[in-house]
Amino acid sequence: MTTARDLPEDVFEDPPPAPRWRARLAKARSALGERLGAALARPQLDAGTWEALEEALLGADVSWEVTGQLLERLRAEASERHIADPGELRSLLASGVADLMDAPDAGLDRSGSPAVWLFVGVNGSGKTTTIGKLAHAEVAAGRRVVLAAADTFRAAATEQLAAWAERAGAHLVGGNPGGDPAAVAFDAASHAAATGADVVMIDTAGRLHTNHNLMGELAKIRRVAERAPGELREVLVTLDATVGQNGLTQARMFGEAAGVTGAVLTKLDGSARGGSLLSVRAELGVAVKLVGLGEGLGDLVPFDAAAFAAALVGDDEEYADVRGA
Amino acid sequence: MFEALSGNLNAVFDRLRRKGRLRPEDIEEAMGEIRRALLAADVATGVVAEFRDRVRSQALAADLNRALNPTQQVVRIVHAELVRSLGSDAMSISFAPRPPTVVLLAGLQGSGKTTAAAKLARWFRSQGRSPLLVGADLSRPAAVEQLRVLAAEIAVPVFSEATDPVAVSAAGLAEARRLGRDVLICDTAGRQVVDEALMAEVRAIGEAIQPHYTFLVLDAMVGQEAVRVGQSFHEAVGLDAVILTKLDGDARGGAALSVRAAVGCPVAFASTGERVGDFERFHPDRLAGRILGMGDLLSLAEKAEAAYEGRQAAEAAGAAERVLAGDFTLDDFLEQMRQMRKLGGLGDVLAHLPSEQATQATEAGVDERRLGRMEAIICSMTPGERAQPAIIDGSRRRRIAAGSGTTTAEVGELLRNFSAARKMMRNARPGGGRRRSKGSKGRKPRGSGRVTPAGGARRGSAADLLERLEGLESPGGGAGGSAPGSQPPGPLSWPGR
Ligand SMILES: Nc1nc2c(ncn2[C@@H]2O[C@H](COP(=O)(O)OP(=O)(O)OP(=O)(O)O)[C@@H](O)[C@H]2O)c(=O)[nH]1
Ligand SMILES: [Mg+2]
Repeated sequence: MTTARDLPEDVFEDPPPAPRWRARLAKARSALGERLGAALARPQLDAGTWEALEEALLGADVSWEVTGQLLERLRAEASERHIADPGELRSLLASGVADLMDAPDAGLDRSGSPAVWLFVGVNGSGKTTTIGKLAHAEVAAGRRVVLAAADTFRAAATEQLAAWAERAGAHLVGGNPGGDPAAVAFDAASHAAATGADVVMIDTAGRLHTNHNLMGELAKIRRVAERAPGELREVLVTLDATVGQNGLTQARMFGEAAGVTGAVLTKLDGSARGGSLLSVRAELGVAVKLVGLGEGLGDLVPFDAAAFAAALVGDDEEYADVRGA
Repeated sequence: MFEALSGNLNAVFDRLRRKGRLRPEDIEEAMGEIRRALLAADVATGVVAEFRDRVRSQALAADLNRALNPTQQVVRIVHAELVRSLGSDAMSISFAPRPPTVVLLAGLQGSGKTTAAAKLARWFRSQGRSPLLVGADLSRPAAVEQLRVLAAEIAVPVFSEATDPVAVSAAGLAEARRLGRDVLICDTAGRQVVDEALMAEVRAIGEAIQPHYTFLVLDAMVGQEAVRVGQSFHEAVGLDAVILTKLDGDARGGAALSVRAAVGCPVAFASTGERVGDFERFHPDRLAGRILGMGDLLSLAEKAEAAYEGRQAAEAAGAAERVLAGDFTLDDFLEQMRQMRKLGGLGDVLAHLPSEQATQATEAGVDERRLGRMEAIICSMTPGERAQPAIIDGSRRRRIAAGSGTTTAEVGELLRNFSAARKMMRNARPGGGRRRSKGSKGRKPRGSGRVTPAGGARRGSAADLLERLEGLESPGGGAGGSAPGSQPPGPLSWPGR
């Protein structure tokens, strides 16, 4: 049996992610980028610059704590390098963000036969769409994929996933409306094991992280997925790029209930840049693994800390440098 | 709702209270803390700055220390500003003279439009209207199917066809006219504001159906982006109001506080759960009161009134009168405990109370289990004993304890508490002093279906009772009281249930 874990990310290479990432994000400058523009256009580096920087970061959903950390580092670097021109701070800030978000191993774990991936998140955060896009990428890379429609609660959720399964060329295992979601997950894993499929992706119903009963149900789905055939390798929480300080709570609570292994940052093609993800990484250690850049089959790319930082900070040239290197 | 913000702001006030007299430095420090509390609650940075500046200048201008309680003055200022940011009045909806009244829903992907469409349809039906839903989200797989399932649940028809979003919407309008439906609700696909093609599409839909109301459906957990999202949709389609969704979670309030400031239109509805019934009118002034721990006695009163429906209304009114007259009996007490269950239990009631009272109640050991024991004790009394607790002597006490499975000490405690409460109520009789200055005009209880004249809620109704108690209990003389800057309530053209 192949351990697919260290397969190159070739599934994403056609077309290569960098141009796609850039093309998608080019639609709008980030709010942070705009404000930095104003803050850094000041003739010299003074208290006003730092205040404007703070305001800009807070205005991009970066938490109070992380803003403090980033600025502290920036101050130290600025004085160490005797920086007088505020304009130079932008790329320094970008690398501060990139260092924070960088994770040594943000690839998906494909080991196991099949490898089982569970998707969790609040309502409308992009679970089903992410699964559709990821299934497409996996199938394109020659893997056999089974999708488990374990959202038996929301109206027409199974139909939605079925449409994606068809587009992606994956097999769908569904249940009855109102049925036991854990049973659907189990059936899908069994089916995948019996037919020699490589990956099972379990779609779950969206739920608010504050709902104890539903979080308990999620914990049960996880337990069943662990006991089912195959190996539970990933539990991915989808976080919408527009989410504010709530993103950290979401990641924490889903982590507590289902043991999250990584995050998917969705809807980065919009005007928001996911600034709250910084504290998800800083405070929970949860790495972003995938990024959603649209609603099309190809609109999912692996996370890239430098590209993310450039997108957040709004530095296209910096971005080009990073990618060109 | 918005507990985190509430907790942080109240912590600021607690620190101020401990100081007693307030120096300008204290105000300045508090302003920094308020800023931080608002930012942590996702309030847009621009809104935060303005909010802080307005509170600061009012606090410095007011001669705080001449007041008996300087901190209370600060609370009032913050309350008035919160009301201002959230919008002072609940939005009113009127119906088109030539039906159908057309409603367009727009918003980002995943904000909850489809669910909101069904909820809104159900709400219009509860207003005696006959809505038609139009499924114009042809992009997301199975979106129309989702709408159909939800609509079937509430028995509202759906129109959709696999053409294009603009054509579907126009055809839906024609269909509504043909069928004689008097409200049309158009559910559209989610879109990003930077997607020019899709923003042009929603504009074209608007031009095709000429909506009377355009609602932005906004996830309450959205952070700083709420402003840009609101402004962009406003530019594209002209918003009348916002529907905030996912408020049953721990959303911090930023979206609610920011979008109004940015776009200028009110939040009309709050979506508070996944079931089609989890949908409420949004009352900014009440929410402001809850955020500041002043409680939301008016909403509680309405719930009480709904629970008291029918035959019990008269009894309730009688009890209310007796409470106010100080002739409260143990029977009334028992009845109240039972009504509390109908109100959703003690926890829910406490959540609506001003935080001070709620804390007092909890500290005094008022909890659900104790209430059960108290109920058992009262039930073991004879009618005579309930009417005249003074006759309960040692042997009666033993009998009651045995009958209720409690101890004589517990019976004694209940009697003591009861007589203390009765004394307190007698002393607290309204008439002199701190009545609510805002008056009751325009505060028509939701669902009561009648417009009350300037005298306030029907006398003796639960709303009346609580309104009177509110005047006595709320810090600063009642939520919304005479806080500076609070505007008089606007006309209410929202039809009753
Ligand atoms: N622009 C954009 N839209 C996205 C992206 N990911 C998901 N969406 C859209 O967001 C909406 C919600 O996505 P879903 O995949 O249905 O979200 P979900 O988490 O499965 O939702 P529930 O199952 O209802 O909780 C849909 O309209 C998707 O098309 C993305 O990366 N970019
Ligand atoms: Mg889904």
